[in-house]
Amino acid sequence: MDNRLAKPEGRVHKRTISDQQKRRDIALKRQSQGRRDLQHHARQLVSLAVPPSSSSVFEEHGAVTGHQEAEAIDIQSSESSVFGHEVDVVAEKVEGWHGDQEEDAIGVVEATRLKGTKAREWFKHQFMIPEWMVDVPSHLRKDWYVMARPSGERCLVVSSNGTTVSRLRNGCIRHCFPSALPNGSRTRESIAASQVFCILDCIYHEPQKTYYIIDMMCWRGYSLYDCNYEFRHFWITSKLEETGVLGPTSKFHRYQFSIVPVFECGKAGFQAAYDGDVPFERDGCLFLNRHAHYVLGVTPLALLWKDPVSSRYHVDTDRIGNVPAYQQIVLELQDDGTVATCDQPGVVLGSMPQDFLLKNKEHLQAGMLLKFTIGDKGLSILDGKPVTADIHYQGLANRFRAGADSVSKVLFQYAARHCPLAFSDILAAIEASDDEMDI
Amino acid sequence: MAFEVTQILLNAQSSDGAVRRTAEENLKQFQEQNFPVFLLSLAHELANNEKPPESRKLAGLILKNSLDAKDASRKAELAQAWISLDNALKSQIKGALLMTLSSPVKDASHTAAQVIAKVAAIELPLREWPDLVGSLLSNMGTPQAQKPPGLKQATLETLGYVCEEISPEVLAQEQVNSILTAVVQGMNTSETNNDVRLAATRALYNALDFAQNNFDNEMERDYIMRVVCEATLSPDVKIRQAAFECLVSISSTYYSKLSPYMGDLFTITSKAVREDEEGVALQALEFWSSICDEEIEAQEEYGAEFSEDSEVPYFKFIKQALPALVPLLLETLTKQEENQDQEEGAWNLSMAGGTCLGLVARTVGDDIVPLVMPYVQENIAKPDWKFREAATYAFGSILEGPSLEQLTPLVQVAFNFMLNAMKDQNTHVKDTTAWTLRRIFEFLHGPNVDVPVVNQNNLSVIVEVLSEGIKDVPNVAEKICGAIYFLAQGYEGTSEPSSPLSPYIQGIIQMLLASADREDANESRLRTSAYETLNEVVRCSTEDTAPVIMQLLPAILQKLNSTLDMPVLSSEDREKQNELQASLCGVLQVIIQKLSALEITKFGILQCADQMMALLLRVFSCRNATVHEEAMLSIGALAYATGPEFAKYMQEFYKYLEMGLQNFEEYQVCAVTVGVVGDLCRSLDDKILPYCDGIMTQLLKDLSSSHLHRSVKPPIFSCFGDIALAIGENFEKYLAYAMPMLQTAAEVSAQGGGDDDELIDYYNQLRNGILEAYSGIMQGFKNTKAELMVQYASHILQFIESICDDPHRDDAVTKSAVGVLGDLADTLGSHVAILFRNSSSYQGFLQECQASDDQQLKETADWALAIISRIVSQ
Repeated sequence: MDNRLAKPEGRVHKRTISDQQKRRDIALKRQSQGRRDLQHHARQLVSLAVPPSSSSVFEEHGAVTGHQEAEAIDIQSSESSVFGHEVDVVAEKVEGWHGDQEEDAIGVVEATRLKGTKAREWFKHQFMIPEWMVDVPSHLRKDWYVMARPSGERCLVVSSNGTTVSRLRNGCIRHCFPSALPNGSRTRESIAASQVFCILDCIYHEPQKTYYIIDMMCWRGYSLYDCNYEFRHFWITSKLEETGVLGPTSKFHRYQFSIVPVFECGKAGFQAAYDGDVPFERDGCLFLNRHAHYVLGVTPLALLWKDPVSSRYHVDTDRIGNVPAYQQIVLELQDDGTVATCDQPGVVLGSMPQDFLLKNKEHLQAGMLLKFTIGDKGLSILDGKPVTADIHYQGLANRFRAGADSVSKVLFQYAARHCPLAFSDILAAIEASDDEMDI
Repeated sequence: MAFEVTQILLNAQSSDGAVRRTAEENLKQFQEQNFPVFLLSLAHELANNEKPPESRKLAGLILKNSLDAKDASRKAELAQAWISLDNALKSQIKGALLMTLSSPVKDASHTAAQVIAKVAAIELPLREWPDLVGSLLSNMGTPQAQKPPGLKQATLETLGYVCEEISPEVLAQEQVNSILTAVVQGMNTSETNNDVRLAATRALYNALDFAQNNFDNEMERDYIMRVVCEATLSPDVKIRQAAFECLVSISSTYYSKLSPYMGDLFTITSKAVREDEEGVALQALEFWSSICDEEIEAQEEYGAEFSEDSEVPYFKFIKQALPALVPLLLETLTKQEENQDQEEGAWNLSMAGGTCLGLVARTVGDDIVPLVMPYVQENIAKPDWKFREAATYAFGSILEGPSLEQLTPLVQVAFNFMLNAMKDQNTHVKDTTAWTLRRIFEFLHGPNVDVPVVNQNNLSVIVEVLSEGIKDVPNVAEKICGAIYFLAQGYEGTSEPSSPLSPYIQGIIQMLLASADREDANESRLRTSAYETLNEVVRCSTEDTAPVIMQLLPAILQKLNSTLDMPVLSSEDREKQNELQASLCGVLQVIIQKLSALEITKFGILQCADQMMALLLRVFSCRNATVHEEAMLSIGALAYATGPEFAKYMQEFYKYLEMGLQNFEEYQVCAVTVGVVGDLCRSLDDKILPYCDGIMTQLLKDLSSSHLHRSVKPPIFSCFGDIALAIGENFEKYLAYAMPMLQTAAEVSAQGGGDDDELIDYYNQLRNGILEAYSGIMQGFKNTKAELMVQYASHILQFIESICDDPHRDDAVTKSAVGVLGDLADTLGSHVAILFRNSSSYQGFLQECQASDDQQLKETADWALAIISRIVSQ
């Protein structure tokens, strides 16, 4: 306080250069790099003797255990847009973890920090997508859970770095908001804890401004991807209640989080999921196999089923709510002029006339998505696969679509218009599996 | 039972050296023989109004120095000595101190205030002296029972010093409230005594940190702010200045609370800048600089992600004040003083205003450009040098902050003007022009700039202007060095074999050497800057100029050689020699590093190695007890370049290495030497073995010393790893000493740093050092002595688990921890299978690392996971 004209601390006028610290830093950098290289070298010598690791959590996503495979055998592997009424918006090709894109190599922690296009690209591949139920799986009662599916927009909800972001199926941000999820809002404790984050699979129900949690993939940075559904379900109920995430909304926490009641898939459970009281508008039932890991992309271990009682949208509707006279499907044009579903491999449902293709070769190229209606002659199905189809070309598909329809979707929608899989059929299958158990 | 010390204290201030020395000796003996009575006697002397002011003041100062010291370990010793004194004696001393506050002799009461604060600093955190605050407050009196102004002044001083010494959580909120009440009342306009008002204002400055709760309360905050603002209008200049100092402190401590007051604060500060005395005006400017600091920091905190519910407050005060603030700052720029550029540490209105303008530019970016450019254009060619200099300074100030899109066209237009302005008749203008050129090169030249200001066409003109400018007076020449530094840096990091600067390298090196050789090069730091710029020029040079750098080597060696023959008669001579050797060793180090990285020149370095080593050893030997940090860095670079060949120098060099390791007072020297040990380990490999007993002994001693700067500890641990990796199984004999130290340090680092960023950072460094030690030791033992580590395995795994769970771990620690996990499995194999089977957290951690962008981390994590799964599944 004595020298009253002294330069305040930290202020510099026409700063001079100073190189000494730079020299020290460079020397230190060289030394620590030298140390790291030497150790890295020592370790790499060893790693030559060891096969490359295959124990990453994420690499297991695509794999289904033998047991599960056996049970799923009568269900065609297929891809589908998830929930019927979103069909025009969200149907897109979904790749597993091992896509060609660079983004796929990014880990969950890093991904929670991605922004913009990169984030959208990454997130749209992070959903587990149920097949449509065209056949009742065996052991429903023993191996499956069932829940009423709230109508709304499917979202991944990620809480990290003091904020919560929900993203739609196409990867775009729906909301960005503070929540009571761990690290979901800026609080004194959470600010620096960058690897504390959560990822939830939710359906956003707009009328109630509520996120209904249907699955949980990460909790406080702890990965649940390779835990079975039974465990994830236990974790959802216990962790969320413990931490008060489900509490009422407030000025700062504007969106409600709620849990959807989940039932063991016995008669009573299925009945409850089907028409029991729920606080939201129902859009079908979602079946989940208790042994299933959270797999990225289409899986037969999660199944979607609807009928007119459980859903307003049980048959595809257009944007204004009308059911088109003919079933519409979107297929991909192949090199040889055939058109196929998006499944791997694609199921061919017809081919375009060669002269038509020649005449329009400027506009029509392989890989393009084309819209068809299914005509009066319908589909003929053999071993659960359509072999011929009476399809009629309508024009190019909406350019926002990322991929063609899947077989299970085509079949379910076809069945919905002709001989739907009814509530009573499923109930009967459950009863039958009860009998099996008794024997 | 106190002794009479008056005469000794007076003698200790005698002009007669012999008398003074005897008195000092007496005091020292007294202190050593009977410390309690010594303190009591001093306290009585200080309290006694019959005694002369001189002896009382010195008594107080000695008392103060017996309670506190700068050095942290000495400070702790003194505090312990006080704590262990008899309670009755301490009460007597404290009573005498409190009594002294009412003394009419200012020297006595003022000194007593300082001593009380030192005692408080020791006792209050221990919950002792509970009635201190109460008895101080009772000195302030009431409207009914007024106390003498002198007592109130001394008491307020004491309160201020106490607040300065202790941390806020030591006082209870009601104590804080009553202190603030007393202080703010003392500042109020109703207080008629200016000395009291001043003491109160200065006390508030120290008490502001304690007022967190009071600033949260709108009514109390309004009241405090009103009183401070009123004090800025006091007729007493000292009070005005102290009040502005409070505002500066408030601007950073309570930035988030300022919104309602900003209008008034602008009025008050701008009036002070324009009309008040310089000391006051400087503080008023500092207020705005400090707001800039807050807002720059807030923006850095957010990056691009500013949103409404962000935690760190950012109110864009500067952006709002901009239209009025910028003209105010521009006005100050023409208040220069003659010769201000030659004076080191000078500070005046134009400097403070210009500095603030630069901060404002960094805060608001593009918005400042249209507000400043008309001023620049209007004044840059005026006849009065003050306007030309001010305009140039304004232009230079806004070069950091605004976008390249905004700046590039402006600088393209102004650049030739600036080059010409280096011919201005006025030295100030040239100084500022040279500085502006440096800023242009720093911010608008380099690989990231799309439209470079410097190009093939004007480079020769630029070099020409710089070569003229560097011959100017030292302060201008020094700024030109800065310009060359950044001109060279703009070409750094190219992998091309040639650089646009290559044709000029020789000339630039010549002019820098010539500047360093100037008679007047010790003024304005010119010599040092010339050599430091030379370093950057060498670093940024490309392969095609390697022969030029090779030629520089003998020139530098020759200069270094001649420093050995410099006459050293005084400490000033010694310092000069030292500084020059530092600069030259710095250049040497950079040359060695540069040339040994290239195959074509590495041979040249190896050829000169003997000569360089001999010279460096002579540099070491011309000092007595200490070794030269820069020479040590050069040795490290040389050892790295020569590899195992360095062994032949070890015998002679070893004693200096040991000296460096012993030098924990100059901790940078110690740290640098520890780093060089690492270089030696990697170069010599097991040839370092004969020296390891000595080195390890020194390192262990360093670690045990309470005087060692903590920043040296992490590199020492890393160095354990380097040594272990070099000597392998021979590390066994050190294991019993090294491991307990590593374990203790691991426990310390696991405590976590809480909110303290510096401590978090330190713990990260510490963990990194410990992990590198474990890696080195395990890799060293792997093939022959692995079983030695079995007993430590569970500790190491626990340590890593604690790291996995810590949200504060940094990338370096993550990397090292992954390595150690793999090393643990790799070295100990089936011995640790059970540990890994029972551990839960490492898997998630490694998987997280496998998904990293960092290739090396990814590979190491793959490796670690593979090795661990192999042993776990066996």
